[in-house]
Amino acid sequence: MTMLSLSSSPHHHNRRDTGQVMRIVCYATIPGILANIWFFGFGILIQIALAIITALVTEGVIMELRQKKTERVLKDYSAVLAALLLAVSIPPLAPWWVIVIGTFFAIAIVKQLYGGLGYNMFNPAMAAYVMLLISFPIQMTSWLPPLSIAEQSHTLWDAIHTVFTGFTSTGFSVEQLKVGVDGTTMATPLDEVKTALLQGYTVTEATTRIIFDGAYGKGWLWVSLAYLLGGLFLIKNKIISWHIPGSMLASAALLSLSLFLIDGDQYASPLFHIFNGSLIIGAFFIATDPVSASTTVKGRLIFGAAIGLWVIIIRNWGGYPDAIAFAVLIMNMAVPLIDYYTQPRTYGHKNKASKDS
Amino acid sequence: MNEYKNLSVQGIWKNNPALVQLLGLCPLLAVTATVINGLGLGIATTLVLLGSNITVSLVRNFVPNEIRIPIFVMIIAAFVTIVQLLMNAFTFELYQALGIFIPLIVTNCAIIGRAEAYASKNPVPLAAFDGLMMGLGFTLILVVLGAMRELLGYGTLLVGADLLLGDWAKDLTIVIFTTDSPFLLAILPPGAFLGMGLLIALKNVIDKLVEKRSESAKQAKVVQRARVTGTDL
Repeated sequence: MTMLSLSSSPHHHNRRDTGQVMRIVCYATIPGILANIWFFGFGILIQIALAIITALVTEGVIMELRQKKTERVLKDYSAVLAALLLAVSIPPLAPWWVIVIGTFFAIAIVKQLYGGLGYNMFNPAMAAYVMLLISFPIQMTSWLPPLSIAEQSHTLWDAIHTVFTGFTSTGFSVEQLKVGVDGTTMATPLDEVKTALLQGYTVTEATTRIIFDGAYGKGWLWVSLAYLLGGLFLIKNKIISWHIPGSMLASAALLSLSLFLIDGDQYASPLFHIFNGSLIIGAFFIATDPVSASTTVKGRLIFGAAIGLWVIIIRNWGGYPDAIAFAVLIMNMAVPLIDYYTQPRTYGHKNKASKDS
Repeated sequence: MNEYKNLSVQGIWKNNPALVQLLGLCPLLAVTATVINGLGLGIATTLVLLGSNITVSLVRNFVPNEIRIPIFVMIIAAFVTIVQLLMNAFTFELYQALGIFIPLIVTNCAIIGRAEAYASKNPVPLAAFDGLMMGLGFTLILVVLGAMRELLGYGTLLVGADLLLGDWAKDLTIVIFTTDSPFLLAILPPGAFLGMGLLIALKNVIDKLVEKRSESAKQAKVVQRARVTGTDL
């Protein structure tokens, strides 16, 4: 064992390589995944397994084709993380080919065709999610009700059976699994409110329905809180900085609060928006992707805030109930511009404005 | 004859209007959801190219240089109108399927590009042949892209062949697979962009392989010659 190691300055310890960072982010999703299993069944585990296998195979094959060091690239866990994030974003009982096509698209097209890790302009998981959403709208919107109010319960074996054949081992289809105890087909809380508003109900009337527990969707609140826990763990360990999630949540809260104050019947409250849908996981795990997000401090604040604005705009006036993926992709496109205008002043140099003149 | 060979290679491969010049992308991406749509637009574009190249070449010595572009555009527009009326008369359903993209052939840069770059400087036979080859190159890409998207999106090939070829062609339709959940991305415009990008990449890969092969063939020759002239054997 070396007692004294010589190294030149800066004497910065605890440097993590890419693989370690990606692994820690993967671990941080565990609370959210556990909460998801508790409320919505085991489907998510099968999706994750399928996604990770597809991602590793795709990445490996492409690395061989590009004649790169396959093993080293596979060990950086970036493909695993992208697969994981895609798998937790799609409905737990979606057919197996949905996640396989999606993960292949994320790794092969969105990541490797642009040059691999570090060169992809778009967030692979979110680009794949959007691709799946526009290609297979039925499968991608078949969300299950929380187990506590579902008419049919399902076991791990049922989940496996459903993902691969479309039916549980006792012959129920996903459509039937979506039926709640009151006999109506369940949607996500965001969907429910959106549909209710279109039918002329107010937000408050919509949230009295069975899938709601107060203002929050049953189960969804706890899943969001679990992801929030993982996200705070990441910030505490300095894996991600607080800027993107902070500004994203703040801007989403601010815009939804102002809309709520203008017309509380038409626009849901800020807390409703934050704890329903995927805003939390989006803020802490998806928007913070180090490759496709802005890299400067000021830029991160702008990047996060803009995503928050887009999310609330699309949720309220767009065609889709949730909008993390669209918002992240839109802002991914703006990142080069944001980075260009927010370059920090180099020590010893004057700032850009005076340099240009 | 050598010039004709050169024109064919340029039009179909080396200087393909769709893959290399990236001209006429708007109709290319918009109508290639099926093979027959692509083929229909490809034939229409080829006819217009042929006609406009011949006419531009015929009048090339009378057209004042300063106003040549408006004149070319009017010639092209005249041919597009002819093709549009013909399609309206004989392939009405395809005419409706292609919609606005038939009149929009006027704005296809590949056509005015050939008129300006080639037909206005060369005699009629060469210009006509150039128009034909460029049109074929364009049609080829339309058909390949259409086939890719139709196969992925609907699982079929040559759906609606009767719209273009008459009733006997109904049997040409090939069903590769049937699915309840079609891969909508392939049919939607983003799929066209992705497919186009992959086609361009494929062309570049093939070009590179060919280049490598010819290079290694050359090197092999050099080595042989060295052995032949070697004195210490």
